[in-house]
Amino acid sequence: MLSTCYTFSAYFAIVIFVLGILCKVWKYAITPNPLKISLTPAPTNAAGVILRVILDASLFNSLFKSNKFIWLGGCALHLALLIVVASHIRFFVSPVPELIMLLQTFLQSIGIFIGAIFLAPIGYLFIRRVWVDRIRFVSIFADYFILILLFCIGLSGITMKYFIRPDLVAVKTFIMGLISFSPEPMPTNPIFITHFTLILILLAYFPFSKLIHSVGIFFSPTRNQIDNSREKRHVNPWDR
Amino acid sequence: MAKEKIEVPKLTGKIEIPRIKPGAALVCEHHKAKEQMLTELGYPSALVENWQEKAIAKMRELLNKYKSLKLYLDVCVRCGACTDKCQFFLGTADPKNTPVGRQELLRKIYRRYFTPAGKLLGGLAGAEDFTEEMLKEWYAYFHQCSQCRRCSLACPYGIDTAEISMAAREIMHSIGLGTKYTDEIILKVFNVGNNLGMQPKAIKSSLDFCVDEMKEAYEEKGITNIDVKIPMDVEGADILLVVPSADFFASPHIESLLGYAKVFHQAGISWTLSSYASEAGNFGMFTGSYDGMKKVASRIGQAVRDLKVKRLVIGECGHAYRIAYNFWNTLTGPFDTLDPKYPVPQHICEFTYDMIKRGAIRLDKSANDEFVVTYHDSCNVARATRMGDMPGGQFEIPRAIIKACCNKFVDMPQETIRENTFCCGGGAGLLTDEMLEIRIKGAMPRMQALKQVVDSHGVNFYVLICAICKAQFTKIFPMYGFPMDMVGGVHQLVSRAIIL
Ligand code: SF4
Ligand code: SF4
Repeated sequence: MLSTCYTFSAYFAIVIFVLGILCKVWKYAITPNPLKISLTPAPTNAAGVILRVILDASLFNSLFKSNKFIWLGGCALHLALLIVVASHIRFFVSPVPELIMLLQTFLQSIGIFIGAIFLAPIGYLFIRRVWVDRIRFVSIFADYFILILLFCIGLSGITMKYFIRPDLVAVKTFIMGLISFSPEPMPTNPIFITHFTLILILLAYFPFSKLIHSVGIFFSPTRNQIDNSREKRHVNPWDR
Repeated sequence: MAKEKIEVPKLTGKIEIPRIKPGAALVCEHHKAKEQMLTELGYPSALVENWQEKAIAKMRELLNKYKSLKLYLDVCVRCGACTDKCQFFLGTADPKNTPVGRQELLRKIYRRYFTPAGKLLGGLAGAEDFTEEMLKEWYAYFHQCSQCRRCSLACPYGIDTAEISMAAREIMHSIGLGTKYTDEIILKVFNVGNNLGMQPKAIKSSLDFCVDEMKEAYEEKGITNIDVKIPMDVEGADILLVVPSADFFASPHIESLLGYAKVFHQAGISWTLSSYASEAGNFGMFTGSYDGMKKVASRIGQAVRDLKVKRLVIGECGHAYRIAYNFWNTLTGPFDTLDPKYPVPQHICEFTYDMIKRGAIRLDKSANDEFVVTYHDSCNVARATRMGDMPGGQFEIPRAIIKACCNKFVDMPQETIRENTFCCGGGAGLLTDEMLEIRIKGAMPRMQALKQVVDSHGVNFYVLICAICKAQFTKIFPMYGFPMDMVGGVHQLVSRAIIL
């Protein structure tokens, strides 16, 4: 019963996640830019614009210039997310490639550190949100909700790693079963069930939430338009 | 606007982030557009009965027409990086004057009517019904944004609050809610051709008067052979110069107009103004209306064709240059008949700079020796345009001209100039008396920065290239204890220094 329920929920969440994001991307891609609105000084060629967007998406360049505190919190959080996701790859591939194994051993050695760098920035961003009056004023419930959700996912993960270890072989069997469409029984460790449930919620919520900034950043006209209004005529698609 | 006397912020030379005062600026509201103005512009003459429904329908239309709007409503994470960047928040302390606070006013409605989370969870998802109180907030705060884009620079996703303000203004117009100031001016352009509503005859006589005065001034210095002219409607001239109409008439604007005339004269290039395209500004942008903006801009394309000119040059005006630089080609182009060797359109500063480099004009710096000059980067020029070939030319070229015209130049603090510049506090439809309180407070950050260089370097001349900034600062300076005639145009310096 538990297994069937979770197998269905997992597929459901993933389908929502993928379709939801695709819908958004589609919508962003087809909505026209009637006018040139690049924020200058802006690059005057395509290569420059690509670099500008990449720098913003990877190093949070604009944020660095405008607010070092938020930049620090944001960087730490995203970096931690990246490391944590990477350290989960071993559950999704079989056999585990050499490189991942190597990464794994490395992460293992700094394990507790990873837990900390995941939870610390979340706490930091949470406190900042409550502390700074103008940021508290503009915050909505959803902003706190995401932080709490991520925090709980992290906390349950750490608990499994250091305190209540689930049967890792069973976990991997379950996951591989999902991937190969031949469902296996769901491990019954309560912490794992919590961890897994929260992740499904995160996935299904993703496309409808502000997390969509992760794909939106590539479509921002103030950043990705080339500053060449005088050199090349821009035509408004709905006003030809 | 509040009836009591407005308190002018104290100048300390420092820009501090205030503690929030919710609702502090809600009372500052534009006078509403009159029935007959709205009708004439093709909008409903008063708030329509089913305004909610109409507004949502308009929002749906705009969401499908503007990528910026759709995307920017979705991606904000409320990180707060923009919250201390807006001069209107720094001045009023009202958190709904922070860029994200302003955006949220529209975003709440967007969530409520257009997103699954908002429809399902309402307030928990940050959604809100479009109530009358909300509409009141829209009217107040979306008209307190000067579309300066300082927030867009700060935002990790480049979210431009100006795009959102424009959409909100257009939605309000569509249900019969506009501002008197902006609508009146747009109608003047539609009916007469410029923001001041000056008929061609009046422009002509103002220009003649101004040329006569200039000649007299030279004669007093014993120079008698001055034949600088300000030609109008000359068919076949090389250059059509389009200036903000304030340049025909207002002070200190007119001093820059003389500067342009002298540069053209010394360069030996034939040029003309147009009585039909007698306005570079385009308040259509302030209402967010694409069609309005296009109709205003159409006069430019028409004049270019009618006068059979080869080049198009634009005078000192910030939002006008933004529209000219980025939008004219889309709105009233293509300009096939113009000489492709030159940028279309070209900023007067680019033209003058070119003449200086080629040695076509000579300048006597000592003519401006009484001045210690600083330069205000006008927001639209700084963050929405370019001069010359290199990104950032919009900062370098005006400074290069200034330095060629005077011996003493200092910049204000780095975080308040170039792309980080502040708006003057009067842009995008704020330049009206009932908004004086917002204008004074919005100018505060700039005044603090100026105070620093006045104290440290004795700055006594403040130059810029925007008609709105000039009007705003001449009004605001005395309130902060700076003399009004400290404000001038870049070409005012040129005009004084140029050797005829
Ligand atoms: S900086 Fe951008 S993402 Fe952050 S709160 Fe402001 S508008 Fe939102
Ligand atoms: S565009 Fe300028 S005035 Fe408008 S919210 Fe942003 S910073 Fe403030």
